[in-house]
Amino acid sequence: MQATHHSARTADLCLIGGGLVGLATALGLQRHGLNVTILDEADVALRASRGNFGLVWVQGKGDTLPEYAQISRLSARLWSDLASRLREDTGIDVELQQRGGLYLSLTEQEVADREAMLLRMREAAGGDYPFERLDLQQVRDFIPEAGPEVAGATWCPEDGHVNPLKLMRALTEAFLKHGGQIANSGRVESITPLAQGFKIQTPEGEWQCQKVVLSAGLGNRTLAPMVGLDAPVFPNRGQVLIAERVRPFLHYPTGHVRQTGEGTIQVGDSKEDVGFDSGTTTEVMAQIADRATRMFPILRGLRMVRAWGALRIMTADGYPLYQASEQYPGAYLVTCHSGVTLGAFHAGPLADWIATDQTDLPLEVFNAQRF
Amino acid sequence: MNSDTYDLAIVGAGPAGMAAARTAAAQDLSVVLLDEQPAPGGQIYRSIRRPAPEDRRILGPDYYHGETLVRDLDHSRIEYRPGTTVWALDDDHTLCASSPEGSTRIHAQRILLATGAQERPVPFPGWTLPGVMTCGAAQILLKSSGLVPSQPLVLAGSGPLLLLIAAQLHRAGVAIEAVLDTTPAGHQLDALPHLPGALRNLPLLWKGLGLLRELKQAGIQRFAQVSDLRALANEEGRLHQVQFHADNATHRLPAQSLLVHQGVVPNVQLSRALGLEHRWHELQQCWHPVTNDWGETSREGVFISGDSAGIAGAKAAEQAGTLVALEVARQLNRLSTTQRDEQARPALKDLARERAIRPFLDALYQPARSFLSPADETLVCRCEEVSAGELRQMVDEGCRGPNQTKAFCRSGMGPCQGRLCGLTVSQVIAERRGVPVDEVGYYQIRMPIKPLTLGELADLHK
Amino acid sequence: MPNASEFPRIETGAAEWVEVEVDGQPIQVRAGDSAAAAVLAAGLVPSRSTPVNNSPRAPYCMMGVCFECLLEIDGTENVQGCMTEVRPGMQIRRQQGARHAEPVTHEDRQS
Ligand SMILES: Cc1cc2nc3c(=O)[nH]c(=O)nc-3n(C[C@H](O)[C@H](O)[C@H](O)COP(=O)(O)OP(=O)(O)OC[C@H]3O[C@@H](n4cnc5c(N)ncnc54)[C@H](O)[C@@H]3O)c2cc1C
Ligand SMILES: Cc1cc2nc3c(=O)[nH]c(=O)nc-3n(C[C@H](O)[C@H](O)[C@H](O)COP(=O)(O)OP(=O)(O)OC[C@H]3O[C@@H](n4cnc5c(N)ncnc54)[C@H](O)[C@@H]3O)c2cc1C
Ligand code: FES
Repeated sequence: MQATHHSARTADLCLIGGGLVGLATALGLQRHGLNVTILDEADVALRASRGNFGLVWVQGKGDTLPEYAQISRLSARLWSDLASRLREDTGIDVELQQRGGLYLSLTEQEVADREAMLLRMREAAGGDYPFERLDLQQVRDFIPEAGPEVAGATWCPEDGHVNPLKLMRALTEAFLKHGGQIANSGRVESITPLAQGFKIQTPEGEWQCQKVVLSAGLGNRTLAPMVGLDAPVFPNRGQVLIAERVRPFLHYPTGHVRQTGEGTIQVGDSKEDVGFDSGTTTEVMAQIADRATRMFPILRGLRMVRAWGALRIMTADGYPLYQASEQYPGAYLVTCHSGVTLGAFHAGPLADWIATDQTDLPLEVFNAQRF
Repeated sequence: MNSDTYDLAIVGAGPAGMAAARTAAAQDLSVVLLDEQPAPGGQIYRSIRRPAPEDRRILGPDYYHGETLVRDLDHSRIEYRPGTTVWALDDDHTLCASSPEGSTRIHAQRILLATGAQERPVPFPGWTLPGVMTCGAAQILLKSSGLVPSQPLVLAGSGPLLLLIAAQLHRAGVAIEAVLDTTPAGHQLDALPHLPGALRNLPLLWKGLGLLRELKQAGIQRFAQVSDLRALANEEGRLHQVQFHADNATHRLPAQSLLVHQGVVPNVQLSRALGLEHRWHELQQCWHPVTNDWGETSREGVFISGDSAGIAGAKAAEQAGTLVALEVARQLNRLSTTQRDEQARPALKDLARERAIRPFLDALYQPARSFLSPADETLVCRCEEVSAGELRQMVDEGCRGPNQTKAFCRSGMGPCQGRLCGLTVSQVIAERRGVPVDEVGYYQIRMPIKPLTLGELADLHK
Repeated sequence: MPNASEFPRIETGAAEWVEVEVDGQPIQVRAGDSAAAAVLAAGLVPSRSTPVNNSPRAPYCMMGVCFECLLEIDGTENVQGCMTEVRPGMQIRRQQGARHAEPVTHEDRQS
């Protein structure tokens, strides 16, 4: 990486962590004319951004926190703008599709529970919360391949998906094109608040910056106290299976199965509390395959070509952490467990808040004092 | 969860796996021997139970040595399961294996991975064209089916196996247009310091010279120090000419078939998926899993032997498999340490001799740089169609290793799971970054290491 | 079917012969041959096109490593031809690009 060899290692702003959250935020910060550097680890690291499911998903998000529902839906609305900007900047089509999504259930009870939850959310949103409960016949109007065991689904027209790897690449290229620097300089070891700005120590040398944003996913836990913040995040593993490329047949994403732009079928995902182990296990993979093939029996004949495990960045209530350090002004914490969905929010309103220290949004509900 | 239980489960019925099975059974251990091929033999002894060629001279006596090994599998303590592909090894020594009847789980006290080698990927412009295949593929067709490549036929590459297969095809009556030796100038010199080791195995050296002589006497055209190899297509996108540089000139030969070979490399898919440590072997230009002298890995109870532990050839594989079985017999209290050492002595002696010649051969036949880190236009990942140039661009944009490039350009994400691009990708990145391959590393390989249907996987959840 | 690319067969030991169909053409092959071998014997090359760019390909390694031998066998697509032994009456076809989710029938392929 060229940046590592630059003599003057200063930036207006450094982000620690170059996953989806860091990159999207960085892109937004560049629009404020800031000179931005991202510090990230090397080839192998824990990276949720390379192992996720690619859903831009709003249904059910924020059932106990209306502000979270609000920013998720705001982000979904901003997404098409982000996608076109990325295409303009890089020529990369991130395959955004927002024609609605289905959450299928194999039991009546689950469909009923989801409906009740979404009704509550509709109420909290003052009636503005589009969704529908579907029975099997209605599910088949969207996806004729749904199997007989499907009890029903909830449908939300605001849901969609993107290609998360193309998104990573497009964000990276756009960021570099706008003069950003990415230094794969290894794990940041320390952040020292200075009279003016911060000094950041990496295995490949020091950086100095006016502002620092912690966007290091699970790494935030150890970084946050260095700038007077608290990041009570913990890992939650998801295993994901990928089946071979198939001609397009699944035209809507679902909560557990979706077809990618390349034609591969992505099948997910588990939620496991296994510490920092990002491996795969036969037991869980079999369970995931079982559920998916019951939802769509047609999948039984498809060959799975890869699988992986990745760690979600969870908080106790599942909601994001957005916080500015009071002790060390200029330091910010940004982390969440739905970084794809919130990508457009991070590249827009959230970055604006960091750049200007002003916002109309109720971001204070996302600080760590709530725990 | 149902699973069958054995003392020793062996993955791979090549010389290493077969020898291990034989020795373990002789110590009264219960053995299950799994192989994805329909018959035992591994790569060298493919189809040894029913070789296709009528004339035994075609494949030669080294091949028919396999008959003994296969005969010894007929033992009450050995359960041999053909057509069974192992796709996972779980933490508790349970193998998951797929066969036409579906997937089963097999548990064993000890596990031996004897999954052998594959031919080194040989990227060069045009290597994906129909009409280009590996020398080993042609040999498999000869052994199993008696089929020989359509002609005109050209062979290109480096290494003893190239010469052996050229000779076998010639004996089978195939007209060979030319053999293009891509061994770079100077390798003879590099190999010289290793000659004393090689001299410990005169018969093998002699065989190599014999092959050269055989090809020469047959009047087969041979070009030395060939570079700039290129396969050219006709309008239908099929190979029709081979272009190359030799003797200060560019040549073009008509060809229906081009067989390529640059040596073999360990099949480390399972050991990688287990997360075992692997070291870069500079002379062999490939990764070796780390094992102790008895083939045991850092994962207790999991052994690796034969070519999947590092290339040493069929004889060495047989000896190494024997040693693993003796150590397993000791661990499972069938042999004392003294008994194990005693019984191991002949195998150790032969193994030392087989291994002594390797550095000489490795230095002599190390592939030319252009095959290890090919020109920009060359496709590196055949499945996802990613070129060397794209990989270099990723490096310039900041990617440090193959897992980052994989996420950015899908190299290694296709059905072969990186088997045909993994080595090249790491080397291209290392060269571009100007660091050793060790530092760049390899793809993170995950189970399942072979594709299986979602239905088959789902059926395990019962 | 192109002829020049057919792999000829040398004198082989006694064996059963079985009839299979390669892209609709009957051909006699040796029992124990793989479907990929049958395709080469029939000269059906390229034997597949890739789902990525529709590039023409043919069996490359014959030992299960490269996945270049993907074929449609008895209506199932993307089967590794070099790892599948022939059976009498087997219907072998080229794999054209990405597979379908559902099993193919002959009529489908005419479209
Ligand atoms: C299985 C799974 C499925 C998911 N599906 C979806 C989905 O469908 N939709 C959705 O919106 N979200 C989904 N997510 C969540 C989404 O992937 C994450 O929210 C998002 O990727 C988080 O991005 P991040 O940048 O915060 O974290 P990461 O991608 O983990 O990036 C953190 C970066 O920080 C670096 N880092 C850490 N510590 C340090 C340090 N000390 N110094 C320097 N660098 C450091 C790491 O190397 C890494 O590159 C899913 C997650 C998983 C695991
Ligand atoms: C194509 C080819 C041709 C060769 N021809 C010769 C030759 O003619 N002469 C010579 O001296 N050397 C030859 N070699 C070199 C050869 O590697 C060794 O000499 C010898 O075969 C090594 O023995 P082994 O027991 O280590 O592995 P192998 O003989 O390769 O046996 C490994 C076995 O493991 C099986 N296997 C692998 N993975 C799995 C899995 N996941 N599940 C189930 N089974 C699995 C394979 O089907 C194979 O039968 C050849 C190598 C290759 C690749
Ligand atoms: S020809 Fe390589 S996998 Fe079949």
